[in-house]
Amino acid sequence: MDFCKRHFSVALGAVLGLMLIAFIGVKANLQLLFGVVAPYLAVLIFVEGMIYRLIKWARSPVPFRIPTTAAQGRSLPWIERSLGDKLDNPENTKWTIGRMALEILAFRSLFRNTRTELRKDPVDGKKVQLVHWSYKWLWLGAIAFHYAFLVVILRHLRFFTEPAPGFLHLLDSLDGFLQFYIPVVFVSGVVLLAAALFLLARRLVKAELRYISLAADYFPLLLIIGIAVTGILMRYFFKTDIVAVKQLALGLATLKPVVPEGISALFYMHFFLVCVLFAYFPFSKLAHAPGVFLSPSRNQPGDNRWKLYVNPWNYPVKFHTYMEIEDQYREAMYEAGLPVEILPESAKTGGEG
Amino acid sequence: MSKLPKPEELARNISFQTPAKGWMDVKPDFRPGTYCNAAAPKWMEWVGYPFPRAWSVAEADWKLPPDWKEIILAGMEDRLKRFRSLKIFFDICVRCGACADKCHFYLGTGDPKNMPVLRAELMRSVYKRYFTTAGKLLGEIAGARDLTEDVLKEWFFYLHQCTICRRCSLFCPYGIDMAEMTLLGREMLASVGLNIDWALASVAQCYDKGSHIGATPQAFKDMMDFLAEENERITGITTPPSYNRKGAEVLFVMPSGDYFADPGTFTMMGYMLLFEYIGLDYTLSTYAAEGGNFGWFVSHEMGKRLNVKIYEEAKRLKVKWILGGECGHMWRVCNQYMPTYWGESPGFLEEPVSPITGTRFENAKVHKMVHISEFTADLIKHGKLKFDTQRNAHIKLTFHDSCNTSRGMGIFEEPRYIINSVLPEGNFVEMPPNTIREKTFCCGSSSGINANENMEIRMLGGFPRANAVRYVQEKYGVNHLGCICALDRATLPTLVQYWVPGMECTGITELVGNALVFPGELERTTDLRDRDLEGFGEAEETEEEGDE
Amino acid sequence: MQLRELLTQKQAPILSRWRQLVFDSYPAQTAVFLAKEQDRFSNPVGYRLSQGLKTLFEALVHGGDRERVEAGLDEILGVKAVQELAPSQSLAFIFLLKTVVRQELAQELQDSRVAGEFREFGDILDGVVLLGFDIYTRRRERLCEIRVEEVKQRVSGLLRKAGYDLTNL
Repeated sequence: MDFCKRHFSVALGAVLGLMLIAFIGVKANLQLLFGVVAPYLAVLIFVEGMIYRLIKWARSPVPFRIPTTAAQGRSLPWIERSLGDKLDNPENTKWTIGRMALEILAFRSLFRNTRTELRKDPVDGKKVQLVHWSYKWLWLGAIAFHYAFLVVILRHLRFFTEPAPGFLHLLDSLDGFLQFYIPVVFVSGVVLLAAALFLLARRLVKAELRYISLAADYFPLLLIIGIAVTGILMRYFFKTDIVAVKQLALGLATLKPVVPEGISALFYMHFFLVCVLFAYFPFSKLAHAPGVFLSPSRNQPGDNRWKLYVNPWNYPVKFHTYMEIEDQYREAMYEAGLPVEILPESAKTGGEG
Repeated sequence: MSKLPKPEELARNISFQTPAKGWMDVKPDFRPGTYCNAAAPKWMEWVGYPFPRAWSVAEADWKLPPDWKEIILAGMEDRLKRFRSLKIFFDICVRCGACADKCHFYLGTGDPKNMPVLRAELMRSVYKRYFTTAGKLLGEIAGARDLTEDVLKEWFFYLHQCTICRRCSLFCPYGIDMAEMTLLGREMLASVGLNIDWALASVAQCYDKGSHIGATPQAFKDMMDFLAEENERITGITTPPSYNRKGAEVLFVMPSGDYFADPGTFTMMGYMLLFEYIGLDYTLSTYAAEGGNFGWFVSHEMGKRLNVKIYEEAKRLKVKWILGGECGHMWRVCNQYMPTYWGESPGFLEEPVSPITGTRFENAKVHKMVHISEFTADLIKHGKLKFDTQRNAHIKLTFHDSCNTSRGMGIFEEPRYIINSVLPEGNFVEMPPNTIREKTFCCGSSSGINANENMEIRMLGGFPRANAVRYVQEKYGVNHLGCICALDRATLPTLVQYWVPGMECTGITELVGNALVFPGELERTTDLRDRDLEGFGEAEETEEEGDE
Repeated sequence: MQLRELLTQKQAPILSRWRQLVFDSYPAQTAVFLAKEQDRFSNPVGYRLSQGLKTLFEALVHGGDRERVEAGLDEILGVKAVQELAPSQSLAFIFLLKTVVRQELAQELQDSRVAGEFREFGDILDGVVLLGFDIYTRRRERLCEIRVEEVKQRVSGLLRKAGYDLTNL
């Protein structure tokens, strides 16, 4: 089996296997394990893993200030810098926060992923637009994926709170603005699934991505697709006892776990995949979420020349001193008319004579 | 008797790789022209580098020390402890591929391992195998692999097909910087005695004598005197520099490319003319005779060993501040590393103030070093320079932003301001937007790989840049490629000779030197390169036209 | 000249197949990448090869103007010469055009007049290969020259100072 297929099938097998485990587990009446133990364990691993990860990162110092300067830096006062310049090459902490915010909230760098359509006739404006747009697909896919995920997670807070905070109602009505189907279709779930499928398809279709993708790239995508599919199936097609689910969730949230009757196996499959996602998160590439905050090429201002940056492990190095070089070439330097610290012997004798 | 191949078969023969093979199973092909030669033991001994020995890249046996693997792994562990960047960049890549087609080496060679994501993965896979649980347990399926000699050779091959230009880091959603990983990877390679000759020869020469070219102090002076004489011959203006002069206001530091290699020499003549014009109290140093820093291409420590000479010399000569010439990686080092290497703000220097305009360079408050483009732009802005732009009328220019000053410093407007002031209107044309400024394409030969033996790979690496240059040549008749980088001035002429014949390279201060109008100067008939000025031969005709 | 008309008519499919064959001669990953985009700046090598093939093909169809043929060849061989393939491999792509035409015009070639013209066309292509050989060699020589020139250039200031005229070295 070739590299790509092997990595993809391992990831697919793992996700299907996890679903099967949950399914068999429920059939074997292990609801307690999958409804209570697994989520607590997952949250524990998530929190501890995250702390461990962050500490591990933070323990290594940042020896140099190396921001990627993506625009004109602070210079002479009359050199104009646009708002974009200030954000892309921040001169102080304030602007660096702006840069990070733009990076994290709007995926600034991915958005940069444009290519100009210079071969095209500038008169043919429409065509230019199209080409321009097509290179935003990765950005669009990524941003749709992340925001849809966020909304979905927030929506699920409804299960863990009683009464649900007000903003959740607003969120629900916004999310369900299409007023289509019963129960009302939440756009976020559909977008999440579509975006995840797009990101997966991209990996499988584009040759160079297929070449670089590992099981660790397919697995989280498939896991999330699995979560989305089971979730959507549960909401719209194979409904489960929602009151019982809420009881379970509230029980978990209030640390008084109960395992109510009447919850379908589909729910446990969904729930178990979520648990796995949480537990997997800190130890995988998904840690890019906290990691991006620590990225030295983004989270530092480009102020090296007017603010000293100290390297905590800076150490003295051996270098060739001026005197060593003068010692080596003193005679010749003197003859060439170069000033020297110590006059050569010939000069002294010459002077006396 | 072997069968004669048909053309189809011949053409197909080129394939060395089937799609079924994963990247881990493909070994690098060390064809002549694609790699740099191994460093001669002599250079390694000069700078005290480990395992000096004669070895050859093309041979199977690289004569590695017996415990090379332990050294590399210990080196990686040490660097993970010292560089958060390395840890983060190893851990958070999601392999989205946004960087892939941003690398000039990938664009030029089409070799998938030149996608920055995969080039990083060459090292990341080893990190996973030895420093992560998943990699230890799951091996290949977790993207991990054993560190073998083949892997090490792969590092050597591809880490010298990265010019540390940072274009990938610009497009990476997490700012993962291949340059940082390449630098640390090269450090690890050096720790088992794998260095390239071109880089290390320059380092050793610079360390021992003062400049990459290995000029002795007296040879340095000789050359500078010659360039001053050339100035006098062409312009009638004497521009005698002073050397190692204590108490001068400014120490001027430039890359050695500017005084030994054309067309850098013309830029040097430009500096001298400019300083003479404004009467700058400056001195050159035979000790800090090299602004460029090939050491930094080899390791952070070596970068520091060469870089500290500049502040040391400024201290010895008791100058007030430092002015730096046109150079890319010199400025990347000076901007992002120099004061940090030094450990404190150099208190023996003063905050730079232009003696001519009184401008305080507040952005160099701690660093105390000013970029020549900032300095010149400030002079022009204050109307201190008188130009005859017609003397540059024969130059139709496009400007190549150097990677290092772009993505490692952020200096874009100053050189453009100067260019627009010294060229006649309409003689400056930009290359396509995605190939300039922060998105600029590298010359393809930076970071110590501008050797001679790897010319083919350099031509391919520089191809995206050349392609954009050719575009403006065809479309606008551009005949000069301007830059503020000595490595560019050394390598771009070669690049364009192959891909864009008829294109010349020039520093920006050379153009300033051409255009400066001195009181009492000779009537200028040529530019600093002894080329006839436009309209001169048919002087009468043009004058008549001018009169009308 | 029936063949010429046929070639003009079928220019698009012939060129596209020829281009694909040329790209396919590269390692699989590279081939995919080359073929992917035609944008001059995001895929310069693919663009240069495509342009060269187009120029060459058009020059051949429209009377075989030597300068244009050479221009097309130079575009392609300039790239191939630095990809460090054997000369035979670098030039093989020209013959591939025969194969492509034979496939694309299979039907028409049954006409004996067209077949006769195709034989002539084949002879012309043989000539193009010889030209290609010149150009490939010139490109490789150029590469050697710039190697030497670069070495001189590194100390050119010094040579100038010593009174050497660089062009005479």
